[in-house]
Amino acid sequence: MGHLLEIQDLVVKFGLRFGDLTAIDGVSFTLNKRERMGIVGESGAGKSVTGFAIVNLLSKPGYIHAGRVLFEGIELNRLSDEEIRKVRGNRISMIFQDPMMTLNPVLTIGTQMTETVLAHKEMRKTDAMDLALEKLKKVYIPSPEKRLSQYPHECSGGMRQRIVIAIALLTNPSLIIADEPTTALDVTIQAGIMDLLIELCETEDMSLLLITHDLAVVSQVTEKIAVMYAGRIVESGHTDDIIHTPRHPYTQGLIKALPGALEAGSRLNQIPGMMPTLTDIPPGCPFHPRCSVGVPRCGTETPILMSVNDRNQMVACHALRRP
Amino acid sequence: MARQTPLLDIKGLTKHFDISGGLLDQLGVEKGRLVRRHTTVKAVNNVSLSIQPRETIGVVGESGCGKSTLARVILGIYPPDRGEIHYKGKRIDALSHEAMLPYRKKMQMIFQDPYASLNPRMTVKRTLEEPVRFHYRTLTGREVGDRVAEVMELVGVDPKWAGRYPHEFSGGQRQRISIARALMVDPEFIVADEPVSALDVSIQAQILNLLMEAQAKRGLTYMFITHDLSVVKHISSRVAVMYLGAVCELAPTGKLFQAPRHPYAQALLSAIPRLGEKDPKHVKLKGEVPTPIDLPSGCVFHSRCHYAQDICRRDIPLLREIDDNHDVACFFPIQ
Repeated sequence: MGHLLEIQDLVVKFGLRFGDLTAIDGVSFTLNKRERMGIVGESGAGKSVTGFAIVNLLSKPGYIHAGRVLFEGIELNRLSDEEIRKVRGNRISMIFQDPMMTLNPVLTIGTQMTETVLAHKEMRKTDAMDLALEKLKKVYIPSPEKRLSQYPHECSGGMRQRIVIAIALLTNPSLIIADEPTTALDVTIQAGIMDLLIELCETEDMSLLLITHDLAVVSQVTEKIAVMYAGRIVESGHTDDIIHTPRHPYTQGLIKALPGALEAGSRLNQIPGMMPTLTDIPPGCPFHPRCSVGVPRCGTETPILMSVNDRNQMVACHALRRP
Repeated sequence: MARQTPLLDIKGLTKHFDISGGLLDQLGVEKGRLVRRHTTVKAVNNVSLSIQPRETIGVVGESGCGKSTLARVILGIYPPDRGEIHYKGKRIDALSHEAMLPYRKKMQMIFQDPYASLNPRMTVKRTLEEPVRFHYRTLTGREVGDRVAEVMELVGVDPKWAGRYPHEFSGGQRQRISIARALMVDPEFIVADEPVSALDVSIQAQILNLLMEAQAKRGLTYMFITHDLSVVKHISSRVAVMYLGAVCELAPTGKLFQAPRHPYAQALLSAIPRLGEKDPKHVKLKGEVPTPIDLPSGCVFHSRCHYAQDICRRDIPLLREIDDNHDVACFFPIQ
């Protein structure tokens, strides 16, 4: 059987007056059914753009320049707007960071939920309402009947995000793309939402693509991880391998920079400098100006992902390869 | 730790905000009669805390627990409704504006968002000079310039860039400039309100290192407010956990993280995502945080607590020492 989602050499560019900027440069990965995968990286690494590109939500001037997005065997990037709408919000649902932006403030939760169902399925409105109620129960909303007639502002932030998840579940999607779903929420609420997402993936037979900057969250939720830097995947593999034996200097630096792993009060490992902006991505390996283990050809030749063990851990780094 | 004169001693601090709005907003009908209602947000309630010189006290809690309000009341940005603030033994909460000036110089603040806290129309040089010129009027222009260069060097921003504007710097560099501004007047006490929350991990590490270095070099005392518990664990010597305007647990960092005694602190700490921890055991809380407009009776946490008894609904537990330096506001602390 093929993969649920397969991204092949995706290149996303933004067409600007002074020329095209490359936001995503040759990203490939696969996601199987019921698998949970995390895309980690700092601001500007291209993680959200990757998510948007999958469901064809790139807004102008962004466009897919090359590569393929295969979902359940269909090439999504070739579909017309009408055809992709049957997939997006139906087979693939998305959850974004700020639930207040996702929910319409002037419609009741019941209206928003039935609207979603009726856009994709032909059914009676009362049946749609029943379905909405069922999904609200699935995400453990207290007194769900009451919620249906309430407006988003009457719910707390955590509750709103649960409602967004319930909306995502309405059409029984096989993939959920969650882009920083808990970044705006407090830790106790974040813990609840993450527990819920794991549980739903298992009970509802879904796959999860979790896009976040938080390595600790990703390490608890996902089975595999791709680490992005300046529009490229620099390391990918099983979560345990990435967290415990990271091989790329950037991943190693990120993990060592996290407070908590070290003795309290000790100096944190810091990666010098900052992520390049899209206008001045350095030639060769984009990380080389900040890297401490560079070899001469890092500045000229872009490394490609190579397997470093038999467990599918892939690293894009010249220094790891024997000459 | 030997108890010396604390740098700051806060006793029974309370701050409520009136959000009733205008007269028309306050009017309402109750049992057929027109009544006027006042709505107050009870942001900070009866908080006592003493801060020792050169320590870093972390203040943690979720959005709306009053941690930022507490800091602002301590610095004198908001006047307290009740309570006392003593700085090195001198009461400062009721001082006139002039009498407060020497203390303002000793207490500085670093804010969360370096995009909002720096004036976009002032060069870095002007931003840094302004507080010095105000507080040290006798300094010559040259001395001020030297001080700007010295502090910029300390925070790792090249003094050559002093003529630039904030938008020419990245987020991490801007936060360095905010720190520089706080350090310019030679403070003793710095409140850092979520100083790294807006920054990426690799930049966050740079800023935390800078703060720790500045503390070692200049003997600073920090009050470090954050919702990021792993940051607090790394940087603070003591931690105060706040919930709905009250401190529910105050303990040395190691002790707190090893064995929290307040049920809320326990739930909060269990929710921290830890790197590589599979199948985390989250302590789930009932319901949601009540609004600070209508505080629950008794212990503010009782409505969500698994161990709540009748007394918790009736009486407010006070912060008491249950172990060496370990204070908990709970009738039934976890053993």
